[in-house]
Amino acid sequence: MTTQTTETAPFVPSFDAPESQGRKLAIICSKGNLDMAYPGLILANAALGEGIETHLFFTFWGFDMINRKTSGELKFTMLGNTATHMPQGLGGIPGMTHLATSQMKKAIADLDVPEVPEFLDQIVASGGHLWACRMSADMQHLGEKDLRDDVEGIISASDFIELTEGAQLLFI
Amino acid sequence: MPTTTIAGHAVEVNDEGFLTRPDQWSDDLGAELARLIGIELTDEHWKLVHFLRDDFALQGETATLRRVSTQTGTPVKSLFELFPGKPAKKMAYVAGLPKPKGCV
Repeated sequence: MTTQTTETAPFVPSFDAPESQGRKLAIICSKGNLDMAYPGLILANAALGEGIETHLFFTFWGFDMINRKTSGELKFTMLGNTATHMPQGLGGIPGMTHLATSQMKKAIADLDVPEVPEFLDQIVASGGHLWACRMSADMQHLGEKDLRDDVEGIISASDFIELTEGAQLLFI
Repeated sequence: MPTTTIAGHAVEVNDEGFLTRPDQWSDDLGAELARLIGIELTDEHWKLVHFLRDDFALQGETATLRRVSTQTGTPVKSLFELFPGKPAKKMAYVAGLPKPKGCV
């Protein structure tokens, strides 16, 4: 980065600095809880906004994020989550997961952060790539027709490793 | 605070080169800031830059890419075409505003 400040050459941010070119990020989304869907989406969106080539690989429960039937229906539960700092027994009361989910969705919407399907729309519009895990598709008996149209393919773990060569990787 | 001279105007900038005083900005300066980062401003660009200026005046912070998209009705894809690579930061720079703080 240039640090000199002179009267003749204007000091301009180095948006397209060569050292930041060619950076790649791979995010493996393996969870289907509402609260665990967001970290990957937010980081993917941030990376794309920085001009970083970004690939998301949905596997196991993360498949719920790209399955048309479940994408908008992810839930948040207090059960097993001590970070709510509430008695665990409360989480088992009928309707509590529904309530906790509604509250979390409202908190997210209040920040003008979109719901999962719309967030994925934004990621794809920003140039992000979505990939589905072959084994998860086979286990759940799902095919391309069950997934969002913008999922680029159902691929094996080794295919994903190959196409993200040189990428930084996040497992969520 | 360092200063730099852009199109004959002495402006205050931070250590990354973003203008630190929104009141030192003008349309002329905006056009020159854009040129310096390789963007020729069209009417579409100007609409967004002026939205950012107006929104900053009201909200006190720079709109995120999502806010620009939803509030102006401009698809995110178009924002990436108009301000390639790092649209949110480039828009903020051209508008003479700090880079956005929001995550989304």
